[in-house]
Amino acid sequence: MSLPDILFYVFAAFAVLCGLLIVVNRNPVTSAMFLVLTIGSLAALFVLLNAFFLAAIQVLVYAGAVMVLFVFVIMLLDLKAEQRRKIKVFGVVGGLVSVGTILAIFVRSVLQTRPGAEPAAVTATGDTMSLGKMLFTQYLLPFEIVSVLLLVAMVGVILLSKKELK
Amino acid sequence: MDWNFVIFSALKIIGVFSVLMFIVAYAVWIERKVSAAIQDRIGPNRFGIFGLLQPAADAIKAFLKEDYTPAHVRKVYFWLAPAIAVIPGILLTAVIPFGSNLGHQKMVIADLDVGVLYTFGIVSLGVYGIVLAGYAANSKYPFLGGMRSSAQLISYEIAMGLSAVAVFLVVGDLNLSHVVESQRHSLFDWLIFKQPLAFAIFVAAAFAETNRTPFDLPEAEQELAGGYNVEYSSMKFALFFMGEYANVTVASALMVTLFLGGWTLPFGVFQEPAAPDQFLVGLLHIGVFLAKTLAVLCTIIWVRWMWPRFRYDQLMDLGWRRFIPLALANVVVTAAVLWMTLE
Repeated sequence: MSLPDILFYVFAAFAVLCGLLIVVNRNPVTSAMFLVLTIGSLAALFVLLNAFFLAAIQVLVYAGAVMVLFVFVIMLLDLKAEQRRKIKVFGVVGGLVSVGTILAIFVRSVLQTRPGAEPAAVTATGDTMSLGKMLFTQYLLPFEIVSVLLLVAMVGVILLSKKELK
Repeated sequence: MDWNFVIFSALKIIGVFSVLMFIVAYAVWIERKVSAAIQDRIGPNRFGIFGLLQPAADAIKAFLKEDYTPAHVRKVYFWLAPAIAVIPGILLTAVIPFGSNLGHQKMVIADLDVGVLYTFGIVSLGVYGIVLAGYAANSKYPFLGGMRSSAQLISYEIAMGLSAVAVFLVVGDLNLSHVVESQRHSLFDWLIFKQPLAFAIFVAAAFAETNRTPFDLPEAEQELAGGYNVEYSSMKFALFFMGEYANVTVASALMVTLFLGGWTLPFGVFQEPAAPDQFLVGLLHIGVFLAKTLAVLCTIIWVRWMWPRFRYDQLMDLGWRRFIPLALANVVVTAAVLWMTLE
């Protein structure tokens, strides 16, 4: 096993472990911090896939900006440790169905890959220049739609947070 | 596994880390000497000639003092926060090109193509040390101080990022080594002359990001009863300051890389990267980089003792209503000019 393979298993296991701890933990701030660690290990997985740009953006946007604001809000609201809730039948069924569906997809794709087959050669270098060119030529319309969506969200937040409009 | 790569990377990491820690220790000494000179005092002069061993004495004192943990704190975060505060500054050194070549080795730990995005990603993680310290203390003043400081860091990150965007428009590359190499031909290739506004905003934002005067609200003892570090003592308290000085050092190094030509000087052997057999030139390049970084560092220290502190509302106003629009305008104008000249 080469070093990238070992690192893959390390970070994947770490991501799953932290993800589990987000759900299990009762203290909102601790949960949020474990989410940051999960995001960090996902960024490491992106690096192993040569997607450096995605990894950097993952850290910059999610761990650095979104989660900081999450932590901020949690702390300012002074949320106490969450109470244990009674488990409802509907929740159990819903959870089992969604987990089962995702598991089925995984098992199916694992079964479809023949063991011993060479994995597809890595062609994408993930370099920023080609990514930028793709975004502004081939995928211009979706890109612009997403940015307008973000702008609308931003304006909406400012409107909502203003107490009285003149 | 490529053992050459592993060994040389380890050597570079150890080298950069020790130089960084050395500078951090002596930045405190410089700070105290400069402040003493400005305020007509003598400064530390008891231990070693010119008090040069003072940093060692300070370190021993910090380690030997009683490490008091107040009863009401959140223990885990109380222990973690000082460590988290130091880490970003150290991680940031990974992408900074501190020289051209030494033998066949590039003088940068990780020559990332997304170098600057990595930088801003790590800078944005710097908030956690402060916000967690405030939360861990579990009492009013540190908490408010932590909130105040993290709001400051978040606000100025935006201005800092936007000011750097203009730089990368001009260079056309995110790799910090390429940014340095694009500035090597003449003095007016230095991006401080091509992008003076971006430089001004970047410097101001860097002051705010590293908690230096005129934006050192996090340690406003007199008027705001201190900040996130109120409940800390001994080495944990010292770690926050190590983090601060590491950040200041790295911020200086980043300014040198982005705007002041990195290891280049506009004449002679300092214009081209060193060839594999020019060992001495490679060392000189590292020297030039360190000299420039120290000069910027001393300027940052000098400013601290010359300027009063901003009020909190002025700080926020400056960040959001002056710097961000200015930086955005700078990006648009730069892009327009580049587009016109390309046609």
